[in-house]
Amino acid sequence: MAIEKTYAEINEKIRSGKAVVLTAEEVISLVEEKGVSEAARQVDVVTTGTFSPMCSSGVFLNFGHSKPRIRMTKAWLNGIPAYTGIAAVDVYLGATELPEDDPCNSNYPGEFRYGGGHVIQDLLEGKSIKLEALSYGTDCYPRRELETYITLDEINEATLFNPRNAYQNYNCAVNLSGKTIYTYMGMLKPNLGNAHYCSAGQLSPLLNDPYFLTIGIGTRIFLGGGIGYVAWHGTQHFPGIQTDAEKNSYGPAGGTLAVIGDLKQMKPEWLVGTSYLGYGATLTVGIGIPIPILNEDVMSCVSITDRDLYAPVVDYSEAYSQRIPGNLGYVSYAELKTGKITINGKEIPTAPLSSYPKAREIAGELKNWILRGDFLLSEPARLLPSYQDQITAKTLDIKGV
Amino acid sequence: MAAKKIILHFGKDISDKPIIYHLAKDYELVFNIIKANVNPNKEGTVVLELTGEQYAKGLEFLESEGVRVQPLAEQLSRNELKCTSCGACTDICPTGALYLDRPSMEVRFDSDSCVLCQICVKVCPVKAMEVKF
Ligand code: SF4
Ligand code: SF4
Repeated sequence: MAIEKTYAEINEKIRSGKAVVLTAEEVISLVEEKGVSEAARQVDVVTTGTFSPMCSSGVFLNFGHSKPRIRMTKAWLNGIPAYTGIAAVDVYLGATELPEDDPCNSNYPGEFRYGGGHVIQDLLEGKSIKLEALSYGTDCYPRRELETYITLDEINEATLFNPRNAYQNYNCAVNLSGKTIYTYMGMLKPNLGNAHYCSAGQLSPLLNDPYFLTIGIGTRIFLGGGIGYVAWHGTQHFPGIQTDAEKNSYGPAGGTLAVIGDLKQMKPEWLVGTSYLGYGATLTVGIGIPIPILNEDVMSCVSITDRDLYAPVVDYSEAYSQRIPGNLGYVSYAELKTGKITINGKEIPTAPLSSYPKAREIAGELKNWILRGDFLLSEPARLLPSYQDQITAKTLDIKGV
Repeated sequence: MAAKKIILHFGKDISDKPIIYHLAKDYELVFNIIKANVNPNKEGTVVLELTGEQYAKGLEFLESEGVRVQPLAEQLSRNELKCTSCGACTDICPTGALYLDRPSMEVRFDSDSCVLCQICVKVCPVKAMEVKF
């Protein structure tokens, strides 16, 4: 008889300490040994993890009111501008924001040593952060300028809200040109000198639920070392299936998540300020998602291995920047992880940008939370759009006046 | 004998002396300069690989001339608390001093192979590679 489990049944098992929880890495050998049906019978939850730079991250902060009060028109945290077009003392600080006087790439390749992501990490480390703000005065908010120091504990709210995280899959980046290029995929050496990829592969959350059978709005997750939630599908959520010109399928493409959580319970080792030489600043984010084994379909999705998952190889010297469609073929994560792949007949070294050891740690930590009964699964209020919704990417046309 | 990598610190008073020449000529040492930053009347550093029978004598000579000698291994270190084992440095490092251990995918640092080119210091996204002079 086919296995069907509900969220309530799985949570009951978690509460009574009887749930069987494996990481997405551990479940592979069980399925190889016992088959999908038996594995689906035995296992209740599979945990996933990823730890990568995720630019679309940031934090809403509410500072509390000064005496006299101010409504902030401009605000800076350690010199990094925060967005103030919200309510009086609320700001949004984006991970990729830079100081206004950063030399950026005028000192090519720029170093981008400190940005919004670094402020977020400093807040989590309990450091004192300089807050500066300016405003026009009003009858209710007379103050026009302010300079003080804050810590995470001293402010009212700090809500991490990342509009586009946990990319389902990503490009493997190479450089066909004759000069070194500096990209958000790292330093790419000329003439196919190296290849960079960025996914936890078989441990990656959305590659383990490629058709969005379980992940949806309200899914409770590991976020930055604390508990967070899936708020919505992320921006640029294009959950298609990759195919080549001969219509061969290469698995899931590019679903994304918008995630939210209380920064105050997160940890600096899972939200790390990051900078890419010649590109910019960002934040490395740790995310782990539990996949409830509701049925055999879900089990067969989580049993995928690095051999079954493929990244498209994309030239970042021209094709990517000039938006020229197509790619140089697909490579499996198993091949990428060996340290070399062959492209256009040339063997080239590969390196990841996404930490596999940290992804494994996150999946293990989430597993422990569930086994201890500290973390129950939440049934999504609505599942996210899948490949069946056939969402296609829009592009931006340059229109004259 | 294996080549040793060392850093020579020159004071500004001796920056114009032909010190490396004497190392080669008088002590028959084979040198390979990895990095040099010597300017007239300024303090300078030279990173080099050095081998030869009279290695110890050569070092004595350097010290007698007022050159401070430091082994290179101490100069670049990986802050293991900061390093996330992302791997981004592993195909950039020209000598394989930074490499991925398979199948664990943990990044390891073999300071003996490091030639202090410092490319990793720039490319490491979390600034985990630290230089100490
Ligand atoms: S300094 Fe150069 S040789 Fe040494 S670890 Fe860094 S990249 Fe490798
Ligand atoms: S790039 Fe930096 S963080 Fe990444 S593995 Fe190398 S030393 Fe560690």
